[in-house]
Amino acid sequence: MPVTNSEWKPKIVAFCCNWCSYAGADLAGSGRLSYPADIKIIRVPCSCRVNPMFILRAFERGADGVILCGCHPGDCHYTSGNYFARRRMTMLFSMLDYLGIERERTRVEWVSAAEGAKFSKTMNEFAEAIAKLGENRKLGDIRCKK
Amino acid sequence: MENKNLFAETALRISGVNPKKCMKCGKCSGTCPNYDRMEYHPHQFVSMVEHGEIEKLMQSDSIYECLSCMACVERCPRGVEPGKLVEAVRLMQIRMQGQDRKGPRDIPEFADENVPQQLLMAAMRKYRK
Amino acid sequence: MQKIGVFVCWCGSNIAATVDVEAVAEAMKKEPGVVFSANYQYMCSAAGQKMIQDAIHEHGLTGIVVCSCSPRMHEATFRKTAEAAGLNPYMVEIANIREQCSWIHKDKDMGTAKAIVLAKAAVAKLRNDTPLQAGTSAVTKRCLVIGGGIAGIQTALDVADAGYEVDIVEQRPTIGGRMAQLDKTFPTLDCAACILTPKMVEASQNEKINIISYANVEKVSGFVGNFKATIRKKARYVDETKCTGCSLCTTKCPSRKGKDEFNMNLNTRGAIYIPFAQAIPNVAVIDPEQCIKLKTGKCGLCEKVCSAGAINYKQQDEVIEREYGAIVVATGFRPMDVSALNEFAYLDSPDVVTSLEFERLMNAAGPTKGTLLRPSDGKHPKTIVFIQCVGSRCEENNRRGKPYCSKICCMYTAKHAMLVREKYPDTDVHVFYIDVRTPGKNFDEFYRRAAEQYGVDYIKGMVGKVAPENGKLMVQGSDLIENKQVKIAADMVVLATAIEPDPTARAIGTMLTASMDTNDFFTEAHPKLRPVESPTAGVFLSGVAQGPKDIPETVAQAGAAAAKVIGLLAKDHLVTNPCVAQTNELMCNGCSQCEKVCPYGAITYIDKEVRGPGVREVRRIAQVNPAVCQGCGACTVTCPSGAMDLKGFSNQQIMAEVDAICR
Repeated sequence: MPVTNSEWKPKIVAFCCNWCSYAGADLAGSGRLSYPADIKIIRVPCSCRVNPMFILRAFERGADGVILCGCHPGDCHYTSGNYFARRRMTMLFSMLDYLGIERERTRVEWVSAAEGAKFSKTMNEFAEAIAKLGENRKLGDIRCKK
Repeated sequence: MENKNLFAETALRISGVNPKKCMKCGKCSGTCPNYDRMEYHPHQFVSMVEHGEIEKLMQSDSIYECLSCMACVERCPRGVEPGKLVEAVRLMQIRMQGQDRKGPRDIPEFADENVPQQLLMAAMRKYRK
Repeated sequence: MQKIGVFVCWCGSNIAATVDVEAVAEAMKKEPGVVFSANYQYMCSAAGQKMIQDAIHEHGLTGIVVCSCSPRMHEATFRKTAEAAGLNPYMVEIANIREQCSWIHKDKDMGTAKAIVLAKAAVAKLRNDTPLQAGTSAVTKRCLVIGGGIAGIQTALDVADAGYEVDIVEQRPTIGGRMAQLDKTFPTLDCAACILTPKMVEASQNEKINIISYANVEKVSGFVGNFKATIRKKARYVDETKCTGCSLCTTKCPSRKGKDEFNMNLNTRGAIYIPFAQAIPNVAVIDPEQCIKLKTGKCGLCEKVCSAGAINYKQQDEVIEREYGAIVVATGFRPMDVSALNEFAYLDSPDVVTSLEFERLMNAAGPTKGTLLRPSDGKHPKTIVFIQCVGSRCEENNRRGKPYCSKICCMYTAKHAMLVREKYPDTDVHVFYIDVRTPGKNFDEFYRRAAEQYGVDYIKGMVGKVAPENGKLMVQGSDLIENKQVKIAADMVVLATAIEPDPTARAIGTMLTASMDTNDFFTEAHPKLRPVESPTAGVFLSGVAQGPKDIPETVAQAGAAAAKVIGLLAKDHLVTNPCVAQTNELMCNGCSQCEKVCPYGAITYIDKEVRGPGVREVRRIAQVNPAVCQGCGACTVTCPSGAMDLKGFSNQQIMAEVDAICR
């Protein structure tokens, strides 16, 4: 149930692997290829470092979308990390969907260090999709509710 | 001036072409089988549309000399698609005259899935007599 | 409680133009733990670094956050700064407010707001940082060079010169690469073989250099200083130690159907052959696809004529495993396949040739012994049309070619045109060009000489169609300056074909986990400041594998790569990344999940006495070898009990960042 609020600014967390996607984001920067300021990047060594807990935490704290970027399959700096990430996220996203967090709010993308334009394009598309969905419901731990 | 911009915008909208992609290599004019009969050649077409000189093109016979063979579209290394520009300018001219032989409603009865749409449209307009 | 200092960089106007640096510094003062906050024009300058060090001393800072450019740029700089001031270098966090903020946002309020959030996230992470100590690992003092062209040879010579062992692995039966196929070189017009072959000989005679020809690198594991490579040396069916290179066998071989790859398939060769007279190693090789003996069991003529007894039809592939400290990629290029560009009639007429084929036709050691004869009827061509940019400079993802400029074509086309006019002054030479690009020492002079002194006809325009007609090639193209369409009846058409990375490059890139661009050229660690290093530590780039280059540039880059290799091999130990995985012994239950996902085999299990609150027992627990662990973090997520964590990127640190961003 999207809440329409004129003051609402989406909060989007992007996890980027250090070797490909973070470098791709840097390249987007040096090419001055803009994407919305609502997207904040967290640097991780590899996409496989992203624990599903981090994504749950983000949604718990009010994130409206989470995107995970890694090296293209086969190009992982650590050989196989992105395959793990891909599998884990497939599982997690289907669970999130079940919890009521739309599929469109979560995404995995492969962006190489040379793909600044792709990074910017992906981020613009993702932010647009989130803006369309509107504000997210917050995840909460019912055990903590009084 | 306003007219000039409007014309340029229309030509670009109809064709979906971005003339700024052109790197002025001349492949289109090197390819064109009807080059000698055209007053403005394919590469000039792209340049003139870029500079908004559409009216000159609309009044030129070049737009009818183009065979719509689309060889320039096929071979352009930058994907500029000059043939589509020629088609667009021709379309503008014909639309302005209001001389479509058939209205859009009549088209379905002529439609044949084996005939390329573009060819169908071109034929309807060019050989109206 | 930590004492945190925040330093906001203006980066001249790069950051300050779209981010209110003053406001960012001010906002950070309110963050818990922050005791000092300042901004400065250039934090990375000597004065900026001194400012950081002074603040560390003055305020007794336990950690610093620098809001500046990407950590990929200056993280190392600021870590050194902190270390010099007595701070643990891993108590430094960078907030990337340039590449990911000021450069992509135009609105100052928006940029400032985002910069503050990024800085807050960095502070939140820093609050959870712990000092880390880097370990060391030994360096294997041997270098692997993949590719034996001029790039690989030059790198190998320079590295060997410094006293280190080098192995060159070359996929073809001889080293020499593309340069060996060339006739003359621009802009001096000296013969390629005359300058290359002495280098090949030098490489083969250098006792530090080991040439492994007719071989492929099959597998690479390990990390900087400690690579392990598996090399498959294909069976030559000739004993390298016995063959004297007399080439008697090659003249007697009854099979003559094999295509001569060295001559760009313009003629045929025997099943047993030596690619060219100056080949190194100068050893024959049998093509198993063509050899009658290997296919049918009958023949064996070469074995009979070989007085050295070098022929061995039962020879098997040999697998070599060796350790290396550094790897140089010098895989080179090949001309693009132009058969899809059907307007040039490359498949329809043998007289339409690529530039590399033309090199062979002009070469004294080529199929025509250096006399320019057209392939169809062996006659002297009287009119030759050269077409530039064939397959180069296309739109991205265009099936007709490459998006980049191949860089060398303008110059070699001028060279070809000039050589033809010099040797055969009665020949008409036309060159169709889009632009003539000649940035290089004496390059433009060379091109002007072709046009002015040699009378080469340069036509600004492109060829749209080549049609074979009655033994001639009808070339139709545009002349944009004369504004006309020109039609030339030519005897020969030479296509200045785009160059592309060697097809083996992609697999090698994957093996080395070295990143590549969309065209399969290897990516450099920094486009300007680290042009010969791959982002993957210990992997270096030499020659066209990194991007189109001419010979002088290739040689310069090969030397630069060698200098980087020598710098690495000169070290006895390398400081390892301390951001490695670590087990919480109290939580680990020895389930073995982490071992399965570790790509480096860094995790082992031991029985250890665990002591904790209410616990004292011997348990099986995971142990990480910090010298082998590369810090990817795969194990941390796999661990079902949450016992595995990654130093420098711990669960707490990343969670703190998430919280700060979503606050």
